[in-house]
Amino acid sequence: MPANADWNSRTYRITRADLVAYADASGDHNPIHQDEAVARSVGLPGVIAHGMFTLAIAARYVDEALGETGRIAQIGAKFTRPVVVPEEGTELTVGGELRDDATILLTVTCGGEKVLGAASAVLRA
Amino acid sequence: MPVDPSLSGRTFPPTAAYDVTEDRIAAFAASTGTPYQAGGPAPATFPIVVAFGAMQALMSDPEVGIELHHVVHGQQKFVHERPVRAGDALRAELSVTGLRQIGGADIISTSSAITDADGQLVCTAEATLVHKAGA
Repeated sequence: MPANADWNSRTYRITRADLVAYADASGDHNPIHQDEAVARSVGLPGVIAHGMFTLAIAARYVDEALGETGRIAQIGAKFTRPVVVPEEGTELTVGGELRDDATILLTVTCGGEKVLGAASAVLRA
Repeated sequence: MPVDPSLSGRTFPPTAAYDVTEDRIAAFAASTGTPYQAGGPAPATFPIVVAFGAMQALMSDPEVGIELHHVVHGQQKFVHERPVRAGDALRAELSVTGLRQIGGADIISTSSAITDADGQLVCTAEATLVHKAGA
């Protein structure tokens, strides 16, 4: 664990354009992540972020907190609450709490509500 | 209609090799603002691009009986043996590790072994898919 790792929470602005870019990069083109009408037709409150997009932001946070990439040996979460992304975008806030030398408990919220359950990362030595 | 109960324990054929390129990693990293340097480790969740192919094969198999538009991603975990880098050619072999019904939904637990061109394990991607069958 780098001595200068910074686990203060960080806030990330996310937009629908980010979701389109993520869909292209990941291959997940499910229209509920891009098209308001489709999302509403299946009972969602609007366009939602891919669960994997949110988990990727959590991984970004770990990389940024450490100031280095490639240290994540494990990362995972439950997708407990959809992240609605309106036209004007929204914000995700990620915070980390060290459980031991290698394990970080992650808290990811949108509008004050937790959106991931049991989110954590384990770092390689 | 619930999915075929014999699905549990089934292993699907490995996906075709996915060529990891600098461009593909850079596009993935850029879409989430994740730091990436050419030649360096890919973002930790990048292997989803390979695992997703295996999940799609499962969900589109007519014998399995999954209605694609009724599937929600419930849970995801990656266990890395080493970071993915450009130049890797990765395949995913998905196994269904568990199947249970809760309140009319099928909870399908999967584990995909992601291996490199030498057949070495690079990453294990565990996904839980929640399938709510249409009425």
